[in-house]
Amino acid sequence: MRRPVRGQRGPLFLPRPEYRKRRLVDAARLLPVFGGFLVFLPILWSPAGAQGRDTARDGIYLFVVWAVLVGLAAWLAPSLADAADDGADLGKDAPADDQKDDI
Amino acid sequence: MGQHVLLIEDEPNIAEAIRFVLARDGWQVSVLADGALAVAEVSRLRPDLVILDLMLPGKSGLEIVAQLRAAPGTQSLPVMMLTAKGLARDRDAALAAGVSVFITKPFANADIVAQARAMVGL
Amino acid sequence: MPFNLLVLVCFTYVFFLFLVAYLVERRAARGRVAWLRSPLVYTLSLSIYCTAWTFYGAVGYAARSGLEFLTIYLGPTLVFIGWWWVLRKLVRIGRQHRVTSIGDLISSRYGKSNLLGVMVTVLAVVAATPYIALQLQSVTLSFGVFASDTPEGWALPDRNATAIWVAVGLALFTVLFGTRNLDAKEQHHGIVTAIAVEAVVKLVALLAVGVFVVWGLADGPADMAGRITASKIAAWNLQPGRWFGIIFLAAAAVICLPRMFQVLVVEDGDERHLARASWAFPLYLFLMSLFIVPIAVLGLERLPAGSNPDMFVLTLPLAAGQGGLALLAFLGGFSSATSMVIIEAIALSTMVSNHIVMPLWLRFRPQMAVSGDLRRIVLLARRLSIAGVLALGYGYFRLSGGSTALAAIGLISFAGVAQVLPAMLGGIFWRGATRVGAAAGLGIGFVTWAYTMFLPSFGSGGVISAQVFSDGLFGIIWLRPQALFGVDGMDPLLHAVFWSMVLNTVAFILGSLLTFPGPEERLQGAAFVNVFEAGNTGPRPWARGQAEPEALLVMSQRILGDAALGLFATEAKAQGKEGYLPDASPEFVDQLERRLAGSVGAATAHAMISQLVGGDRVSVEDLMAVANESAQIMEYSGRLEAQQIELSRTAGALREANAKLMQVSVQKDAFLSQISHELRTPMTSIRAFSELLMEGDAPVQVVSAQAGIIHTEAIRLTRLLDDLLDLSVLENGSVQLDLGVCNLAAMIDRAFVAAGSFTAERGFLVARNAADEDVFLHTDADRLVQVFINLITNVRKYCDVAQPRLRIVVRQKAGRVTIDFIDNGTALPKAAQGVIFEKFARLTDPARAGGAGLGLAICREVMANLGGSIGYLPGQGGPAFRVTVPLHLGQIGGRG
Repeated sequence: MRRPVRGQRGPLFLPRPEYRKRRLVDAARLLPVFGGFLVFLPILWSPAGAQGRDTARDGIYLFVVWAVLVGLAAWLAPSLADAADDGADLGKDAPADDQKDDI
Repeated sequence: MGQHVLLIEDEPNIAEAIRFVLARDGWQVSVLADGALAVAEVSRLRPDLVILDLMLPGKSGLEIVAQLRAAPGTQSLPVMMLTAKGLARDRDAALAAGVSVFITKPFANADIVAQARAMVGL
Repeated sequence: MPFNLLVLVCFTYVFFLFLVAYLVERRAARGRVAWLRSPLVYTLSLSIYCTAWTFYGAVGYAARSGLEFLTIYLGPTLVFIGWWWVLRKLVRIGRQHRVTSIGDLISSRYGKSNLLGVMVTVLAVVAATPYIALQLQSVTLSFGVFASDTPEGWALPDRNATAIWVAVGLALFTVLFGTRNLDAKEQHHGIVTAIAVEAVVKLVALLAVGVFVVWGLADGPADMAGRITASKIAAWNLQPGRWFGIIFLAAAAVICLPRMFQVLVVEDGDERHLARASWAFPLYLFLMSLFIVPIAVLGLERLPAGSNPDMFVLTLPLAAGQGGLALLAFLGGFSSATSMVIIEAIALSTMVSNHIVMPLWLRFRPQMAVSGDLRRIVLLARRLSIAGVLALGYGYFRLSGGSTALAAIGLISFAGVAQVLPAMLGGIFWRGATRVGAAAGLGIGFVTWAYTMFLPSFGSGGVISAQVFSDGLFGIIWLRPQALFGVDGMDPLLHAVFWSMVLNTVAFILGSLLTFPGPEERLQGAAFVNVFEAGNTGPRPWARGQAEPEALLVMSQRILGDAALGLFATEAKAQGKEGYLPDASPEFVDQLERRLAGSVGAATAHAMISQLVGGDRVSVEDLMAVANESAQIMEYSGRLEAQQIELSRTAGALREANAKLMQVSVQKDAFLSQISHELRTPMTSIRAFSELLMEGDAPVQVVSAQAGIIHTEAIRLTRLLDDLLDLSVLENGSVQLDLGVCNLAAMIDRAFVAAGSFTAERGFLVARNAADEDVFLHTDADRLVQVFINLITNVRKYCDVAQPRLRIVVRQKAGRVTIDFIDNGTALPKAAQGVIFEKFARLTDPARAGGAGLGLAICREVMANLGGSIGYLPGQGGPAFRVTVPLHLGQIGGRG
């Protein structure tokens, strides 16, 4: 989806704040992968049918992972919303403008 | 009679014409062609009247007038300025510099005499 | 609790929601929607993901399969925390193209294909039917729970009758608020707000039950953990395939469910809300899931064996004698079910009316597009569709016997709508996705899902006979519904999801790769994929002027009502026209189509406009032309840049030239004053002496001298006028050259003689080289001598040293001769060097005053006429002029 228009490309190197924003976007995109890894981890814990599975412990683990993911997302989201407004992130978009009547 | 006039004019023929006319009217006429010497000559000869061309080699007529008006002895010395430049701008500049009478070339001989007389109070 | 009281509570609650919706609608009608569009309302409206399936079914799911129920909520969590930019793209597209439903999105993306719209609609309706049945079932069950505990003389309510009443009530509510306005963007502020309220109710209810269970029935979290481990839930096995598969399925469904699409995209006024929802929605899911396991564990522990685990949320508080808590839980479940049904019905009815009813109507009565009252028909179609959708749900409820576990029904739905995923993601990220590919993928996915999952859900011997189950369709063993292509021993759910998604995706990709998209498809594809790029609205290739504006207005009024008039008036004003009828420019027709699409869907709007504008609006060639145009624009802008650089260079040069011109102009003014002076000076002498002569009394000698002066001055006047005339002749190039062969040394000699003849008062030394000067030139000797005279005279006039010396240097080179005149005076300043050859130039130093300033200008003109040049030679230690002249000037020399 990142498809810069020829001649409209931004600068090759960015100042520090924009650079940070780009990396935050990267982090947000990788967050589901990271979360997926954590969520799928219980698959490897104990062989199916074995007696050792502790449901309470598994449940606590999953809820903790869940809370951490929500916390990370909440931490990332405000700056991403700003980045979106600057049009500097996810695919060079114009700032969102709800007053605009795009037809 | 016997009023003394210093004529500063670089065109020899014009100088000759004025000299001729004023001398005939009874003036004592001194002629000078170089503007650079004008102020010194005035303080040396102490004329009753100065007739000055605007465009002179050495120093322009306006500069000479300004210097005369700035010096203590010649502040109120009557100065008649002649010029072949007929623009109103030049007239204004000359009058502002302290010229008493401004006459455009070519002139009538009678005018020169009449103005000269009037300026020295004859 | 008395059943009637329960019904009363329900009615009160519904009336309350009704009031909320009504008040909000009124506010919205007055344009005060600011807080309605807050991220909070948006996030809460997303909670319709949590239906009665969550509220009741999750507990049952946990009781049966342990922690596996979490997969349903972990999938959306993963999507929302990091990949909401996918959703953001959907929202942007939805706003830009006024998408009314997920079917409209697919249809619009693939060239406004109504076929795809119909396919998605059918798929959505079929997939949603069990889901709606599930809501009816849960509400009916919950009524049943309360009723079974009321042996107070009230007859047990008839389950089916209850379900019917619930269905009818929901249909009415939905019709009342979902089809009130045929708004351009299909937003329902009232309903969305009511949904948000319900979201709070269900969260509070579930949390209250959870808190009661953990701290009331059990003894805090630690005790709870022990009970969980001890309960039979702890015996669940994590099946890796299902774990992974259902998380994927839930992640897909959260985007593809028609009701989710409705609240995510269609009802969203601001894509920035997604940033908040990215963590707030997962948090909501987290809280909803938190107490599911404890409730399930204690339900299993305390309630008699055989009681329905799906109803633990209600039955636990009831069994503990907490009637109030149970009522709250009941309202929570009621909220979950109603909110889902309302939104789902709105979404589905929009799809049905836009993609099935309207196209059929227009096909059979095409004249209606321009003459009928479409507004009423669209609304009627929606209302009937809502009723129809609920009727279908009720039918499924009756047919399935209302006995299946809630979770299983929900997963069937999920797998069904997930079939839209490849076409949707492919559509917004891959420009190569085509209509054929999308149709093939959807079709195959739908058929596979129906055959392996949906139809078998009616049970062996239900729709599919037991024989087909065991032997496969037509006796082909590879076509067994739950062991397709011989894949045996796979979990039936996983099996169905696996095969339907794989076949769907493969068909979609192959179909797209092998077919060539039509122009409309390519247009829409580019517009969707590049939605974030500025100026992506793409070409608007409606042919110009083919539609009658009035016909367009009439048609638009049929759908938009009075808003159409406003739209036309605004456009007319923008076009600078009086009245209500703008030109049917391609831009306006395109804009109109989008507005109509917001009400009746892209395909129908396109068809209607086509009827008036006529024919296919664009060909592949047109598209290529448009693309070429934009490429040319890019190239053009590149060239513009180059031109701009050149322009600024030129501007610099112009500024320089202008400065020079200003200088020349000042000089010209000075010259006029000068020429006046030069003319008046001889005149003064002539007048003065002629006056003296006229007196007639002078002696003869005096008369003779004075007449001599008059004569001299007259000659001076004549010479001045001659110079002026000469210059003008030379400048016009009309000069007659008198060509001949002449020796250069002789010409210089002549010049010295002539110059010396009129100003002899200052002698000066001259250095010459006779050998160099012995050159014969074919030129106009008189004119060249005139130049030499001028230069020599200038030295005489202006050389400001006591002992003037003039050096004349002659060189020959390449058929030209240069003659340098160098004297030992003060060299000219740089500023003066540039202007001395200009006509009327006169250096400002009064000491150098003298001539009229025509000499050098004449020289320059003469040299130009002689095919040569004259220039100032800097760096010679004094004023130096170089004359360049050709050895042999042809007959047609110079400018002649």
